[in-house]
This record gives sequence, structure tokens and C-alpha cells, in this order.
Amino acid sequence: MKARERAAGAVANYVDERTGAAKWMKKTLTKVFPDHWSFMLGEIVLYSFIILLLSGTFLTFWFDPSMREVEYEGSYEALEGVHMSAAYASTLHISFDVRGGLLMRQIHHWAALIFLAAMVAHLLRVFFTGAFRKPREMNWIIGVGLLTLGIVEGFLGYSLPDDLLSGTGIRIAEAIMQAIPVVGSYLSYFVFGGAFPGELFIPRIYTAHVLLIPGIFLALITAHLMLVWYQKHTQYPGPGRTEKNVVGYPLLPVYMAKAGGFFFIVFGFTAFLGAVAQINPIWVYGPYTPAQIGAGSQPDWYMGWLDGLVRMSPPIETHALGYTISWNILIPGLIIPGILFTLMALYPFIESWITGDKREHHLLDRPRNNPNRTAIGAMALTFVLVTLINGGNDLLAVHFDLSINQIMWFSRIGVFVLPPIAFVVTKRICLALQRADREMVLHGKESGRLVMLPHGEFIEVHEPLSPQKAYQLTSHEQLPALSAPETDERGVALPKGIRQKLRARWSRAASEQIAKPTVEELKEIEHH
Amino acid sequence: MARISRYREHRFFRPLLLAFGLLLAGALFTAGKAAAESMESKALVISADKTTLIKEGKEIFARGCSSCHGLNAEGAGAAPSLLGVGSASVDFQVGTGRMPMADMSQQAVRKPPVYDEYETAALAEYVASLAPGPKALTNEEIAWERDGNAASGGTLFRNNCAMCHNLAGQGGALTQGKYAPTLMGVEPKHIYEAMITGPQAMPVFGDKVITPAEKLDIIKWIKEVESEPSLGGATLGRVGPVTEGLLVWTLGLGALIGVAVWLTSKAR
Repeated sequence: MKARERAAGAVANYVDERTGAAKWMKKTLTKVFPDHWSFMLGEIVLYSFIILLLSGTFLTFWFDPSMREVEYEGSYEALEGVHMSAAYASTLHISFDVRGGLLMRQIHHWAALIFLAAMVAHLLRVFFTGAFRKPREMNWIIGVGLLTLGIVEGFLGYSLPDDLLSGTGIRIAEAIMQAIPVVGSYLSYFVFGGAFPGELFIPRIYTAHVLLIPGIFLALITAHLMLVWYQKHTQYPGPGRTEKNVVGYPLLPVYMAKAGGFFFIVFGFTAFLGAVAQINPIWVYGPYTPAQIGAGSQPDWYMGWLDGLVRMSPPIETHALGYTISWNILIPGLIIPGILFTLMALYPFIESWITGDKREHHLLDRPRNNPNRTAIGAMALTFVLVTLINGGNDLLAVHFDLSINQIMWFSRIGVFVLPPIAFVVTKRICLALQRADREMVLHGKESGRLVMLPHGEFIEVHEPLSPQKAYQLTSHEQLPALSAPETDERGVALPKGIRQKLRARWSRAASEQIAKPTVEELKEIEHH
Repeated sequence: MARISRYREHRFFRPLLLAFGLLLAGALFTAGKAAAESMESKALVISADKTTLIKEGKEIFARGCSSCHGLNAEGAGAAPSLLGVGSASVDFQVGTGRMPMADMSQQAVRKPPVYDEYETAALAEYVASLAPGPKALTNEEIAWERDGNAASGGTLFRNNCAMCHNLAGQGGALTQGKYAPTLMGVEPKHIYEAMITGPQAMPVFGDKVITPAEKLDIIKWIKEVESEPSLGGATLGRVGPVTEGLLVWTLGLGALIGVAVWLTSKAR
């Protein structure tokens, strides 16, 4: 044994005798993770969160979360002597007079956008591969909570500099609050400590942004990761991979190296963006005053779809008993997002109710092998995309020589018409891909080699698939539709409620598949 | 000679020759254009007296404008009467190339001017001679660099202009395909003239609403924003979070996913 190894052993022994960590470490460090690029999307989210914590801490050293009115005396000339809040002045100070301040601000903002974009990408991966199925429904709900919190946290951060753009966002948030029937105006007074804008919202938002929400984030992320650890990671189906094992690489050394390296790459890339791409140039926007507004005021992308919904809603209000209900804000600003996020959170339960599948799943689905789910996902994506496009309707109108009214009408109609079309088209595409898979298994790969037979007929030579590939294309199971008994054991017709009818219908839709090739079919082909 | 011609067989010969040819053509074109422009600007010295200007303006008007605006600028159909719009209006509309209009779309588009400076001045004098109106200015008459205050101009801009022209003066959409154009690269006199004449969908900002001194402040602020170095990297068009979001979803996440694919690819 070399001296170095002896020393390492002594240290390990010392620690183990006092903490009993050896057993746990041995188990932990050899834990196996499956290898696939789509499993690293969540890691981007985690690393962006760390970048956000670090860069955010830097920003708190100089940011002054106060609405006290000050006269600007910093080095940005075009605002010299302008009255503004201390929050805005200190953001300008960070941008122009703190060494590396602008870079850190930009890294923080870019990291926030990447954080949420990667979160959505991770959510899509989990959804389309069915990774949310039992036993991971809880983790799915935690994920939905993290996304909701992320949107709120991002919006609060966007609001903190107190520039004209961010103040406009807060004003819309106030409008949405006020649109809540009965309690809306009270709620708004409570949040702003009186009439808008007041002098309280920046310090309040600040506390939530740097303390409360990051705290909840830490707790939820820990729970999220502990569940992944405990339940083990899902994996794509393939030879040797079962519901009972995990095929991949051990945490030490392979995953430590990969994940650690990836962290530095994400950090480096975010810093690169912060260095070369300007983001949120608040000095051009000027300080917030409720009397001012700018054309092209937009929220960050993760709120863009909400903005788009509000922008497309027709001006409907009801006046009754001295109260006004602003449906034009209430429906797009609260009711639709509420329904969407509730449906998203409940989706694992809805799906298992429809398919009747209550078993554990550790092997992922290929999206094409669950056409119904994939089509539902495409439908939701299309809805969000149409609303997101409408959120940028003014920019689209100016830069593509369109009329803002036309874009609005396109979105108003499109938001109802396009998602169902996306559903049908996606489902057809999935079934077509299944058909192609079946064809491939039965007849092999097209080789592109044409052969003329003695009697003059041309055929293309097909190469047989490798057993691994054939297994991959056929290992998934195809659940039949639920067959609800029509009569009870004595032959008396059971009552058919609307719930049962719906369930039967949806289950039929969910089980629509192209049948996998059977063993008999394969044998018959081999005869030829 | 044989030694040189041997290089013709080199694999870089053709691309280099092409690059050289392109460079030469570009240089010649630029030089020629600059020469033509310097000759043009010499011709632009407006020395003619007023009566000649008006006479020539009337001729240009009859040729180029009267088919829509009427022989005596009385207006007809879609084209408004030009009586009382003043030389400022003509200088703005013709000087920025908006008039004559490219087509009958929602709004006259800014384009390279059809008439040169002399012809524009002649047209302006002619229209001004029909009825009194706001007077055209020259860039020299507007001492925005000396008298303007950018900070006050910024506040005025956010109060009066930003709701249509965007917080950074990048332009914005109005209803039914109309729009407030970008203010970047607009001549100071044209900004001033736009404020006093209110072209197209823009309201008139008379001297009582925004004093002449304040107009200079606004011009100073616009020019300062325009000439500001792009602090903190490429500006992404300064149109706010939409382009930022686009960048994150394309280049940003694209690059990171690319790295993830690379990290998880099988070693060969």
C-alpha cells in the first residue's frame, strides 16, 4: 500500500469511526443513474438555481429595496438629476458604478430565463415519456408547484428594479388582483398598503423574492431530489432494462464528473450570455411613474402567455349591485391559468383513472407509443404557443408588417381551433410512426439496394433488424380499452352514469394503437 | 511566371480569387458612390431666390404630387389638402421619403427620398406660398447639442412619446396596421418637424404643449440613446423581453441541450 493510500484510509477511518458514514457512502456513491441527454434537463434547472443564488446574493450587497424618492447623481448622464426611487437608483448604481455589477445583473437575469425555460423543457420530457406515473405522482405535483413558484419568483425579480417596464407589470398584477370578485379591491389595498403604487410594494416584494420564495424553493427542490433518489431514476426501455433494475453508470466517478462538469458548463454559458447579450436595459426605460407607459411593454417569456391571454380577451364587464366584475381580466388572468395548472397537477391521476393502470412504472414510454398522451401534450403546447404569440402581437405587427387587430383575431380564433387540430394531427403522426415501427420489425430496414430478379422484377433488399433494435421497438405493452361490465353478476343491467360513459369513451381513445407484430406474424414472415 | 502559375493549382486559389474580386468590386462601388454623393451635395446648395424656388416647386408639384393632391394642392379623395400644412410638413414628408407614397397602404413608409434637397426645398416653398403654416427648419437651426438636456428630454419623452414610440424609441404598433416608426437614425430637423406638424397618426405637439426648448431636450435624449454604446453586450433590438425570451429558447437552451447530448453520447 502506498503512503498516499494509507493516509486516505486513515482519514476515511477517522471519519467513519465518528459518523458511521462508510456504509451509507458505499451505498450512495455507487448508486446507478441511467444515461440520456433528456435526463439532464432537470440538472440545467438545478444549476441555474445555484447561479441565481450566487449572483442574486451579489446583487443584494448594493440593491436598496426602498421607494424613498432620490435624485439620481450617478454616472449615467441621460438620467442625471431625475427623481426616482432608491430601488431604481441603486439598480443603476449596480449597472454603472459597481465593478462587474452589470455583468452580474445580466447573469442573474439570463439565469432566471434559462431556469424557467429548462424547467419547462424538463416538464415536457417528464410528461411525454410518462415519467409522472405511479410512484412518481407526488414528485410531479411538487414539480408543478416549483414551476408556479418559479413564474412568481421571476415576475417579482422583474418588478424589483422599479423601472418603467417593471412598474407596468406590477400595475397589471394589481389589475388582476382587483378583478377577483368581492375581495379584489381589499386584497390590492392589503398588498400595496393602500392605493397603488404606495411606498411599500418594493420592500415587500424584495423580502418575498430573496427570502421567502427561495426558502420554499430549497425545501421543494430537496424533496424533489430526495424522491428521485429514493424512487430511483426512470429509464428508457431497452435490452436488459426492466421495471426492477436501473441500467447506467455509478454516481462515483462517472456521474460526479459528468454532473460537476455540466454545472461549470452551464455557469460558463450563462456568464457568456451575460457578457455578450444585453438584457433588460433598465437605464433606457427610465424610472417608474404610474402616469407613464411605453409601447411594447412585455413581461418575460414565462408570463408572456398570460399577457397574450389578457391581450386577446374581449372587453366584457358586468355591473351589478354597485359592483363591477371585469371578466376581461378575471377569465384570462385567473380562471384559465387556474384551470390549466390544476389540470396539469392532476394529470397523472386523470390518466390512471382513464386507463385503469394503477401499476408502478419505471420504464419510460416512447411518446409515439402513447398517442393519446402525446396528443394531449401537443394540444396544451399549441394553446400556450398561440397565447405566447399574441403576447408579442405588437412586435409581430411592426416587424412583419401585419395589423395588430388581425393577429388578435387570429389568436382569438386560433386559441380554440388550433389545439384540437394539433391533437388530431399529433395522434395521427404517432400512429403513423407506430405503423412504421411495425413495418420495420416485420420487414427490416430499407437498404436502398435495388435488385433485379431473373424474371425482370425489381425489389429493394431489406436488412433485418438487430435483436436489440427489434426488442426496443416491440417491448412496450399495449393496454386494451377498459371493458366496464354492462350487467352485474346476476345479469341485471347496471346503471350507466355519465362518468362511466365518459371514462369508457376516453379509455377507448387512449387505447387506440397500431398492433405490435406478434410472434406468429414474425414466424410467418421468416417462411418467405 | 511558371512559378506563379503553379499556385493556380492550389486548392485555396479559387476561393481567394473570388474573395479578391468581390473586395475589388465592393471598393470600386463604395468609392464611386462616395464620389457621386459629394457631387450631389455640391449641387444642393440652395442659392436660388424665393420666386424661382416657388416657380420650380410648382412645376415639380404639378409633375409629382398633383395627381393625388390636386393641381392646386386642394386635396382629393384619399389625399388631404395641403393648404396651410406649411413648409415643415413638406420638408418632413418629402425629406424622409414618405411622400410620394410607395403605395396606398395604411401608412406612408419611410424610404430613401425621391426628391433631392433642392427639389424638396422648392416644393416646401411652393406649398408654404399657398397658405401660411409651420416653417421648415434646417439641422443647423436646431441647437439641440448645445441647448438640449437629455435627462429632462427623457422624462418628457416617457410622458409624451413612449406610449407609441416604445420606451427606447424603437417604434411600436398602432391599430389596424398603423404604427409609430422607430426614431433611430432620424434627422433632428425631421423629429422637430414631426412634433410641430403631427404627421399621419401622430398628434401635433404645439409650442404650448412642449416648448421649443423642451423639443430640443427630447431630440437630445433620442440622439443620446441612439449613439449610446451597447452597454452589456448586443442590444437584441431593444424591444424588451420578447427577443430575450426568443434567444433563451433558441440559442440558450439549444446550446445547453447540445452539451447534454455530448455529455451522454457513447464513447467511440
